[in-house]
Amino acid sequence: MNAREIRQMFPILDQEVNGKPLVYLDSAATSQKPVPVIEAIDKYYREYNSNVHRGVHTLGTRATDGYEGAREKVRKFINAKSTEEVIFTRGTTTSINTVAASYGRDNLNEGDEIVITYMEHHSNIIPWQQVARQTGATLKYLPLQEDGTISLEDVRETVTSNTKIVSIMQVSNVLGVMNPIKEIAKIAHENGAIMVVDGAQSAPHMKIDVQDLDCDFLAFSGHKMCGPTGIGVLYGKKKHLEKMEPVEFGGEMIDFVGLYESTWKELPWKFEGGTPIIAGAIGLGAAIDFLEQIGLDEIEAYEHKLAAYAMEKMSSIDGMTIYGPKEASKRAGLVTFNIDDVHPHDVATVLDAEGIAVRAGHHCAQPLMKWLKVSATARASFYLYNTEEDIDKLVSGLVKTKEYFSDVF
Amino acid sequence: MSSKNLDTLYRQVIMDHYKNPRNKGVLEDDSLTINMNNPTCGDRIQLTLKLEDGKVADAKFEGEGCSISMSSASMMTQAIKGKNIEEALKLSKVFSDMMLGKEYDEDDLDLGDIEALQGVSQFPARIKCATLAWKAMEKGVGTEKEEQE
Repeated sequence: MNAREIRQMFPILDQEVNGKPLVYLDSAATSQKPVPVIEAIDKYYREYNSNVHRGVHTLGTRATDGYEGAREKVRKFINAKSTEEVIFTRGTTTSINTVAASYGRDNLNEGDEIVITYMEHHSNIIPWQQVARQTGATLKYLPLQEDGTISLEDVRETVTSNTKIVSIMQVSNVLGVMNPIKEIAKIAHENGAIMVVDGAQSAPHMKIDVQDLDCDFLAFSGHKMCGPTGIGVLYGKKKHLEKMEPVEFGGEMIDFVGLYESTWKELPWKFEGGTPIIAGAIGLGAAIDFLEQIGLDEIEAYEHKLAAYAMEKMSSIDGMTIYGPKEASKRAGLVTFNIDDVHPHDVATVLDAEGIAVRAGHHCAQPLMKWLKVSATARASFYLYNTEEDIDKLVSGLVKTKEYFSDVF
Repeated sequence: MSSKNLDTLYRQVIMDHYKNPRNKGVLEDDSLTINMNNPTCGDRIQLTLKLEDGKVADAKFEGEGCSISMSSASMMTQAIKGKNIEEALKLSKVFSDMMLGKEYDEDDLDLGDIEALQGVSQFPARIKCATLAWKAMEKGVGTEKEEQE
């Protein structure tokens, strides 16, 4: 994999920010978009924009083919059995909310348990808080090891025969840990629970096989994997989706509408009320083509290398705290950190003046921040277009930040 | 785009307030407590105010946050202490205009250290840090004012 060549395909990266060449290290928040994705969206709007699944006319057919073609690309991307199991949503948040609001509300009762972890993103916490309140179910948190990893022993202790849903992120957006989803899913199933996977930080970076993981649901977003914003995916096993009630009602998702009752379309369309995100799906399809051409295994291995390099360089800075496992082999391509006596917002502002974009704050993971006993952290996250040179610039930016703040004091 | 000058943001006086915050702590007894946070970044402030005869008799703050939010809180408490409520609210308006890069009317108000925060207006992502404490004060003083009226 040649990151320098890949970088050329991302026009946004070729610019100066605050007088310095842009170093974009915030891909865990959203990734940049390569030319083929931008062109696919542009082409759709210029050449065949039309509503799907209704018009008899030629453009309508082309738009439908593009939209449904993207669904097949997603199916292959995650190795789902059929496109009936692939629902287009607005993103990971909407996907998880759909599972909570539909499957959760129908299947949870008082005394039942939902198991999540301390490391979850708010979008995999609040939907479960809400459905727990509505159904009387109990929300349980799986403890974390000192380095932020999950131990399967803890999973075996926390998941009981009362557990109906286990919902865990595959890769943490803060700790960078990769969770053993396949093994956790096995324990969930042994206890009669279903396994929901938040794949927002894993789908962009590694090969996912839903049949191998044996997860019941998988949620992920297009914009973190070189696709546009506003499009995401909910994968669900057909046996669940078939029994589930739609969450949004209206056009597109209906079979027959009477005055007082209606029936729904078959899968997957019964979950796609309203005109869908056509350009978004087509853009996501182009992003999948792009990533697959490079190879997800290649991308994962490359990011691993970047993370190891960053860990090594960053930990040599005095006063640096890095959160999550110390071993690079346990981590995905992001590093969350704090520098002694400098607040992460100030770190991000000084780096920004150097053209370096990092994230600072609670990363939509307030319970995890509490667990880490910090109010905020800074995070540098990498993707296939980043290079070791970017990390070198980050490191010298961090050294500068430290110097700057010791000078002004 | 020209390079942003960090020194316009991180002025010496700001760093001094950050490192040696004035009025840090919690007022006991019949004080007014206002909790506010910035949900996008995790900054939080607890402001306690003692209002007497239409005046801010005392003010203290506790909180967690960046140099801008904490120094702004320190400067704010310093500025409003001893002022009457109208003056405190007027200061807040001046501060808000300053953050928006608008012309502001100082009148006969003594801005003191607050003027050091002027540079924040050039860093749009940091304006919310600077205004957190002021919003807390407005909320506290506002509820008190409503009760009196």
